[in-house]
Amino acid sequence: MNKIVFDAIVVGAGPAGNSAAYTMANAGLNVLQIERGEYSGSKNVQGAILYSDALEQMIPDFREEAPLERHIVEQRIWMMDDRGHTGMHHRSDDYNEDLPNRYTIIRAQFDKWFNRQVRDAGATVLYETTVTGLIRDPRGQVIGVQTDREGEGFYANVVVLAEGVNGLVGQRSGLRSELRPEDVALAVKEMHFLPQETIESRFNITGDEGVVIEAMGTITEGMIGTAFLYTNRESISIGIGCLVSELSRVGKGSPYQLLDRLKAHPSIRGLLEGSEMKEYAAHLIPEGGYRAIPELVGDGWVCVGDAGHFVNAVHREGSNLAMTTGRLAAETIISLNKRGQACTKKALGAYRQRLEDSFVMKDMKKYKDVPRMLEKQGSTIMDTYPRLMNGAAQTWFRVDGRDKKAKENEIVKAAWRVRGLGLLGDAVKLARAWR
Amino acid sequence: MRIFVCIKQVPDSAQIRVHPVTNTIMRQGVPTIINPYDLFGLEEALRLRDRFGGVVTVLTMGPPMASESLRKALGYGADRGLLLTDRFFAGSDTLATSYALSKLIEKAAEDHGMPHIVFCGKQTIDGDTAQVGPGIAQRLGLSQLTYVSAIDEIDPDKDTITVRRRADHGVQVLTSRLPAMITMLEGSNEIRRGTQADVLRAAQAKITQWNAAGVGIEDLSLCGLRGSPTVVKRVFAPSARSEKAVMIPAGDGGSATAAALIDAIFERQPALEEDLISEAGGY
Repeated sequence: MNKIVFDAIVVGAGPAGNSAAYTMANAGLNVLQIERGEYSGSKNVQGAILYSDALEQMIPDFREEAPLERHIVEQRIWMMDDRGHTGMHHRSDDYNEDLPNRYTIIRAQFDKWFNRQVRDAGATVLYETTVTGLIRDPRGQVIGVQTDREGEGFYANVVVLAEGVNGLVGQRSGLRSELRPEDVALAVKEMHFLPQETIESRFNITGDEGVVIEAMGTITEGMIGTAFLYTNRESISIGIGCLVSELSRVGKGSPYQLLDRLKAHPSIRGLLEGSEMKEYAAHLIPEGGYRAIPELVGDGWVCVGDAGHFVNAVHREGSNLAMTTGRLAAETIISLNKRGQACTKKALGAYRQRLEDSFVMKDMKKYKDVPRMLEKQGSTIMDTYPRLMNGAAQTWFRVDGRDKKAKENEIVKAAWRVRGLGLLGDAVKLARAWR
Repeated sequence: MRIFVCIKQVPDSAQIRVHPVTNTIMRQGVPTIINPYDLFGLEEALRLRDRFGGVVTVLTMGPPMASESLRKALGYGADRGLLLTDRFFAGSDTLATSYALSKLIEKAAEDHGMPHIVFCGKQTIDGDTAQVGPGIAQRLGLSQLTYVSAIDEIDPDKDTITVRRRADHGVQVLTSRLPAMITMLEGSNEIRRGTQADVLRAAQAKITQWNAAGVGIEDLSLCGLRGSPTVVKRVFAPSARSEKAVMIPAGDGGSATAAALIDAIFERQPALEEDLISEAGGY
């Protein structure tokens, strides 16, 4: 085989890899993208919500062709106890705009579409091929990748690692350490099919409008985790996830048992009634935050997306960070390429600078202490407060002949009984972590 | 050796969903694959090329997206892909399809020489008719070797081929003249994994496309829905079979369990019991 040297090799075809490959191919670079799945999207799992902004930066008119399910007009945030939920709903007709801000999507279809744009932009894409390791020159500079197919390997000036949460290539090549159970959540999800009209009447929506529910509380049995329910056109995605360290330490059931309990919960049951479960999936989510971000650049390589631990767990953002980091890495490589500069660790440091200047690192830094706080306060926040909140709501709303002042006192006493001075401490810790 | 392999892009039947409400097949988002039976022909073609040299050309008829299947076939190691695509072919049954494909083969033969062997899948997983291969053989005057489990010998000088073929009550060993149309049995081989060079070449290959006029089809009434006398009467989702698994408890010893197992089999397959007894010459 003639040794072709590509301008860049992208490992993986998820949102990060597709963004990197698309941006570079679009700028005229000779890009090779290698995906282990049968097609882009075949291995990818997400809730899933698409944040328009990150994609618009690359494909402004994506709405014309991309397979989108529903644009989101209503967000519900629920604190759940065993019998119900207390929450905040936000809905506005303003979200029925020409260029909606968020959509529900089905990743298998969306990724396939995105990857077609990558190929149309001129990148060469290989499927069903797993990158097994990096090829280095004697000085240690990464110059290519080896795969599970017979051959001499593929060569490039730079390798973009968009290989997803496990980061196996990076691990095997000693670029990063193994994932810590405290830094990664295991989420399971199911797709439930329902007729379009049923979904629309059940959620009070019409046309392409959609509703998103994010929930936390006793549904995770005191473990650190959250649940979600998203409306697609003809289906509902429902899922729940907890930190792996919690699942093994607390040991209160497997993720699937949690999901079964969630589906049977009084607040959820009716929303799924009559549906047919057609798909289930499980995936790891890197939720360790800023402190868990591994080394991002080296001689001849950069790391983007989940492989770089870019997930904002507080805001449930990940795919947009994947797309943005993929694009920023690509832009760094493009400018080096145009100037004829080698992709050394030093030169690729510009990628890190671009991240710092963007919302990506600013948001990652803002919440850098949240994972640690949760590690210590997990069950208080996931269990005690949701119970208190739902109890307080009942005390407040029931009309039972007691005067309102007495009710206020009861609510305060209930909280004091459970947490005492800890209340103050929790507030301070939360405020600090949030700052 | 010049070898053509006919393939078909089909929906991955393992991932097809029937709409829970309307009971129609939901095609949206269902991935397509190469008809699995075609891969046994492709692998056999690649093995012959490895042995005798030559070129393996893969061809298909379908929508423009079918070029993806050709690309995949190139990724397994095929040399060339040809796509016949035209809106006039929409709605083709096996008669119209075998007509169109035979015209494509004739056209390709003008450029590359008449093939020695045309491989086809035994049948497709979405149509299940097993008629297109024989239809092509008939139209092109090729020897017809269906349900072949192995190719024993090819004599390039005499232009003959000897194959083993599954028949109703055993195996036939047939010698025939080339050119021939062969359908390979499932399990007769296993498709190889293409090398890095194969998949790279496949990803970058240009797939040659022909339309009806390009392959010299003048009478469009032989194509597509107009050229298809077959009528689909009804599409329905078969009800799931409710055969239950039988639990045979482990007995005191292995032989007791074996006896219970044999009894359970003979109870359901009396003919098998008779066969075995007569083969053993009776008790």
